[in-house]
Amino acid sequence: MEISLTVNGTEHTADVPDNSLLVEIIRERLNLTGTHVGCDTSQCGACTIHMNGCSVKSCTVLAGQADGADITTIEGIGTVDALHPMQEAFRENHALQCGFCTPGMIMSAIDLVEKGKPLDEQSVREGLEGNLCRCTGYHNIVKAVLDAQDKM
Amino acid sequence: MTSETGIGAAVKRKEDARFITGAGHYTDDINQPGQLYAVFVRSMYPRAEIRSIDVSSALAMEDVVAVYTGADLAADEIGDLPCGWMVKSKDGSDMIQPPHPPIAVSLVNYVGEPYAMVVAETLQAARDGAEAVAADFDELPAVVDLGSAHGADQIHDAAPGNQCYDWELGDREATDAAFASADHVTSLDIVNNRLIPNAMEPRAAVGMYEAASGNYTLYTTSQNPHLERLVLAAFVNVAAESKLRVVAPDVGGGFGSKIFVYAEETAVIWAAGKLGCAIKWRADRSESFLADAHGRDHLTRAELALKADGTFVGLRVKTVANMGAYLSLFASSVPTYLYGTLLAGQYRTPAIYVEVQSVFTNTAPVDAYRGAGRPEATYVVERLVETAARELGKDPAEIRRLNFIQPEDFPYETPVALTYDTGDYDASLKKAIELIGYDGFADRKASSEAAGKKRGIGFSCYIEACGLAPSQVALSLGAGVGLFESAEVRVDVTGSVSVMTGCHSHGQGHETTFAQIVSDKLGIPFDNVDVVHGDTGRSDYGLGTYGSRSLVVGGSAIVKATDKVIAKSRKIAAHMLESTEENVDFEEGTFSVTDSNQSITFPEVAFSAYVPGNYPLDELEPGLSEKAFYDPENFTYPAGAHICEVEVDPETGTVEIVNFVAVDDFGEIINPMIVAGQVHGGLAQGIGQALLEHGIYDESGQLVTGSYMDYTMPRADDMPNFVVDTTVTPCTHNPLGSKGCGEAGAIGSTAAVMNALTDALGVVDVPMPASPETVWRAMEGE
Repeated sequence: MEISLTVNGTEHTADVPDNSLLVEIIRERLNLTGTHVGCDTSQCGACTIHMNGCSVKSCTVLAGQADGADITTIEGIGTVDALHPMQEAFRENHALQCGFCTPGMIMSAIDLVEKGKPLDEQSVREGLEGNLCRCTGYHNIVKAVLDAQDKM
Repeated sequence: MTSETGIGAAVKRKEDARFITGAGHYTDDINQPGQLYAVFVRSMYPRAEIRSIDVSSALAMEDVVAVYTGADLAADEIGDLPCGWMVKSKDGSDMIQPPHPPIAVSLVNYVGEPYAMVVAETLQAARDGAEAVAADFDELPAVVDLGSAHGADQIHDAAPGNQCYDWELGDREATDAAFASADHVTSLDIVNNRLIPNAMEPRAAVGMYEAASGNYTLYTTSQNPHLERLVLAAFVNVAAESKLRVVAPDVGGGFGSKIFVYAEETAVIWAAGKLGCAIKWRADRSESFLADAHGRDHLTRAELALKADGTFVGLRVKTVANMGAYLSLFASSVPTYLYGTLLAGQYRTPAIYVEVQSVFTNTAPVDAYRGAGRPEATYVVERLVETAARELGKDPAEIRRLNFIQPEDFPYETPVALTYDTGDYDASLKKAIELIGYDGFADRKASSEAAGKKRGIGFSCYIEACGLAPSQVALSLGAGVGLFESAEVRVDVTGSVSVMTGCHSHGQGHETTFAQIVSDKLGIPFDNVDVVHGDTGRSDYGLGTYGSRSLVVGGSAIVKATDKVIAKSRKIAAHMLESTEENVDFEEGTFSVTDSNQSITFPEVAFSAYVPGNYPLDELEPGLSEKAFYDPENFTYPAGAHICEVEVDPETGTVEIVNFVAVDDFGEIINPMIVAGQVHGGLAQGIGQALLEHGIYDESGQLVTGSYMDYTMPRADDMPNFVVDTTVTPCTHNPLGSKGCGEAGAIGSTAAVMNALTDALGVVDVPMPASPETVWRAMEGE
């Protein structure tokens, strides 16, 4: 099937197998490898992106469902020279170690802050329970999200 | 300059820029033109004889290029996956190391063991091909239960009673005598639950081969690429070491599970040579659960003998350790030299005797997982100590203080083969007690009770041995490799510096920490130092990252190489300043003649080394690049005090950690921000073991907890905020005075949580993980 979608502001058209997942299109067709695959049961959240302004796990979206959608991935929210406040907060608060969960965690956290202000520690923890991190114990991630909330 | 980015500064990490922008470069992000995809066909049976494998249907499928079985690897003389540590039994005999072909040949011995590999043009075609491989099995009785494995059906011909070894350490007679004279004996039966490591990045490999040169390149998710190359070359016979380059690019966490050489990357790199093209494989998470090496899984009977006043007089421990179906790379060392040797803990227990019987079962191989043996030892000691305090009516802090090895006792030789160099255990305990507000616990408990909740407090004063180890000691105890580390400090013409290390960073922040050390010592900007790791093509050799060794061994090698650079630079500077080495001082990047105003900067010296106009070529070679190998004199001994406070809802059995304090002595700290982060992550894994995580096989040998729907990973809302702090007694035998911090959180915390929980409930023991159901049953006396 042929789909067209806008990813990080650029329109793409692709002919894809019907059973393609959105994450496969993002990683393999568009070579946007910042979106990661960490599980096969939609539990880990490493593949979290924004679709039409909402965070979704891109391993759980068929490419066909994204036809016509506006997609933002980690590569689309900021650059090294102009970081998104959430990216900056992750760096400032040492909210990442191996970096594998980080793109998905940042994308979830941005959506959480944009949708759920004002957040406190408990609501951040509950809001991020769909994203797994094995390195940080979440302590500094929670700090970073609360920090970014004040700057977004 | 150095005050903001030097040793001791909380410098923001160099590596973060790529990770927060999605520019990390993990193995699964690597693609080669024309690459093929591999999928493994895995056993559904825990134990079965392979009668036949029919690959013809799979091979006939569109886009399937090849299907390989164990017989194909054997025909190419691909060797078994080895175990790198020879442990001897009590009677002096070698441990049993059953054959472990990368791809099963005639027998499968755990669910998930690969018995064929399908290589195809696309991943989908490889998956479809794997479905079409038809194998015929004769199912055999599976050995699953650890406690009865010794007497069960024999899994391997070579291993009667399914025993790998029956090992001992310590003085049995002295320990028995201590028990005979004791006033009190505290006994516990302890189960250390099986864990599944679950680094967030699944294992992956991209194998490449160039026929014209005969060169192989393997990108893989490894904590130790040089060791991977050594094993693939020397034992598995894939290629000569010089023809095989192993690259571990960005790796998404390891926690031990990526130390080992696995079947998958072995088969991928071999097949790349066979087919003359690139092959890629990435584990699905379900495969990670089935086929990554698991951790822990001990059954232990432990006894502590005491005088009436609470003085420890003897410790006796008998453990059965699960090896799984085969010996993974370091499996044999975990329940022996990384476990039995730590049973003295922080205490002057004069007599200790430990026996460990390691057995095979039809489950995934078990090997090192964060802490590796030391969490198990700490759990035994600290559960016993807390229980003994309760039985004798002593304060848990006071009974520990009574038995602590004192600062004046160092160096202290334990009855279990280690010599602790330094420490001040009460300093950490005192600080932890202050931070948690131990004085106010009784009031908090009363408040909880008034609200219908049960509150408890638990201590854990752990010690660990890090920075494995003097090579000659390790080799004499059965290690198959030396345990030094290498470094190269390469100064460029313009004064920028590349640091090559044999350690690998997969979350630890070496690119930052190691740069801090070198920039501090050379007095050059932090941004001018780049750390290179993870590539056998770029650094000489290395043993990798595990056992909290990178800073204390790898960092020490870097210091040694940097000191060589400074020594050579001083000679060059003396020449340029028309002085003598003895009269040239080096401080903050500047060489100056003593008692004069003549000076020259380090970049000027570096330039002169490469453009040797004014240069003593008759005495010195040009260039400024130095290598060093550092072999540690001893282990390092990080230690600390963790205190946990829990509140239990008696209606539901839910346990909430309301307070957690960790005070650790890691010696000198290079980057306190990174150290705190390491502790946080370790604590989450230790708390996860106590309350959430359990790798469970059912009676038939099927893995019940094979996905994130079933295996309870710690999530953000399961974890508390942590209070972490440090005390410092510098390590006495390495140039940094550091001890290592990577595993402490996972080592100390589990016992603290379970001591708090049993205190809250007023029971002797609760099995881990203490799920709400388990806690509720414990409250009901079941």
